[in-house]
Formats: sequence, structure tokens, C-alpha cells
Amino acid sequence: MHIPDGFIDLPTSATFGAIAAAGIALSLKGARESLDEKSAPLAGLTATFIFAVQMLNFPVAAGTSGHLIGGALAAILVGPYVATLALSVVLIMQAFLFADGGLSALGLSIFNMSLLGVWVGYGAFLTARKVLPKQKTSIPVAAAVGAFISVPVAAIGFVGQYAIGGTATYSVTTVLAGMVGTHLLIGIGEAVITSLAVSAVIASRPDLVYGWKPTTSNLEIRKA
Amino acid sequence: MISNKKFYIGALLVSLLLAGVVSFYASSNPDGLEKVAGKIGFLDTAKDHAIADGPLADYGVKGVDNERLSVGLSGVIGVLGTAGISVGLFYFLRKDKSKPSK
Repeated sequence: MHIPDGFIDLPTSATFGAIAAAGIALSLKGARESLDEKSAPLAGLTATFIFAVQMLNFPVAAGTSGHLIGGALAAILVGPYVATLALSVVLIMQAFLFADGGLSALGLSIFNMSLLGVWVGYGAFLTARKVLPKQKTSIPVAAAVGAFISVPVAAIGFVGQYAIGGTATYSVTTVLAGMVGTHLLIGIGEAVITSLAVSAVIASRPDLVYGWKPTTSNLEIRKA
Repeated sequence: MISNKKFYIGALLVSLLLAGVVSFYASSNPDGLEKVAGKIGFLDTAKDHAIADGPLADYGVKGVDNERLSVGLSGVIGVLGTAGISVGLFYFLRKDKSKPSK
């Protein structure tokens, strides 16, 4: 879902560029709280892994492919602030080195994937975690829910941008139906990959999973 | 539990393998957005990428004719670049436990 230059007009792209910059600035601040000696390398490797898996387009329907976005995955592994930064690093690398995603459209893509994908995906994960049994095996299931939802949400982000500043004149509802339909399918792939990756980390190093720890370590001792 | 070092090295090796080798087998069909844009009819509003002729454009290394090698090499460069930049960034941002907090 890397937006090329030209789909969305420049004023809209610039506005979303400013929103993306503000989101990154807030995340730089928020990330400091969760980054320490142990989580900093994990955060870097999460970005690295997401870059690698984003190269792996899988077929979804006749003549269409999709690839992992990784927003929910990153948020569950390293927390949403760090995840926003990790996804942004990946998107910036892709745009400037690999010509994947337009340079003027970078703010649009960062908004959809690093902000919407990460935060809505993480919110859906937290909601699913709340209703599932409080055990380790629930985490990959909740991760699948968050990942699945994050993809059509990011797609709707694009539709919103198209509605505001699309250079073409096709109706917004047509674009909405096309984008959501296709990305529900891609969301299934996102859910499978995210769930498997979270399972693998939980099996080997459960202490490194941000989305698992809070249920056990955030217990406060308060005096009556 | 496996050690930190083993875990980090394992994660880097998996990423290198995926981007360097498995990527060759990825689907080359248009992605969701591109497909939808084509079907509806606004794909031609896309402009050429500013660095469409760059040395790593479209996940290939310019001048390397072997497709497998070109994609794989670009993947390895991307993985090492992303690892370098992001690990550096997150180390820089981390809380320094050796100093007392304000």
C-alpha cells in the first residue's frame, strides 16, 4: 500500500506530511519510555524483519498480491510508539533507496501504515486480549485480530486521502469498495504472518514481547 | 530461554534469508492498491518515481543482470541498511540506566 506520487494532490500530500511528522515527533518522545538496553536492539531488528517480509508479496486473488505491513506486529513486539518509528524507518528506506512509494506521497503512506496501521492494530489487539483468557497462548490469537483489522483500516486511510485530494474523479464509494474488498483478503495474510511471528518470539523469549508483559508486570502495589 | 545474543543473531539471519533468498519467489502481481487503481482506472495518474533510475530502484541492483542475484543483493543491502539505521536510532533514544534519571 505504498502510494506512488500523483494519486493524491500536493496540498493534501503536504498536509499529511505535516501530520506524519507530528506523529513521528510524538513517537520519538513516547519511545524513550519503553526503550532500554534490552529492547533497543529488538526494536531495530523488528524494523529489519518487517523490511524483509515486506519484500515477500503473496498472491491473494486473481492477479493481485499483498505483503505484510507489520504495524500491528511491531506494536505488539515493541510497543506502539517504537512501532511507529520502526515502520517509518522502513517506509523512508523504501522510498529513498528502492523507489517504492513516492517521495511526495511519503507522508500519506506514513500516516496510513505507521500511524493508523500501528495504533488501530494495537488497539484491536488490546481489545481482543481483554476478552480472551489471560494466558500466553491468547497473545498470538489477539495478534491475529489486531493485524487483520489494521490492513483494511490503512486502506480506508488511503480512501480518505483520495476523497480529500485524489487527482482522479472516480467516485469515493467505488474506491472504498475496491480498497476494502481487496485489503480484507490481504488482512488474512497479515494475520497469519503476524500470529506466526509473535508465536515464534513468545516461544523463545516471552520476556521480549511488549504486548504480553503489561498484563503481568504492570501490577501496582498500593497502600490502602 | 535462548540468550539475547543468539536471539538477535537469529532474527538478523532470518531477515537476511527472507530478503536475500526467499524474495526471489515473491509474487510479482500488482499489490492491492495498484490493482484497485488499475481496475477503477486511476493507475495512470501515478507519476514516475523521482529515483526510478536509482541504483536500487524496484528492489534490484543496477548493473546486475541475474534476476535472482539482483533481487537478493538488494534485499541484503536493505536488511543491513535498515538494521544499521534502526538499531542506531533506538540505541540513541533508549533510557540510559547508568545515569540517574532527573
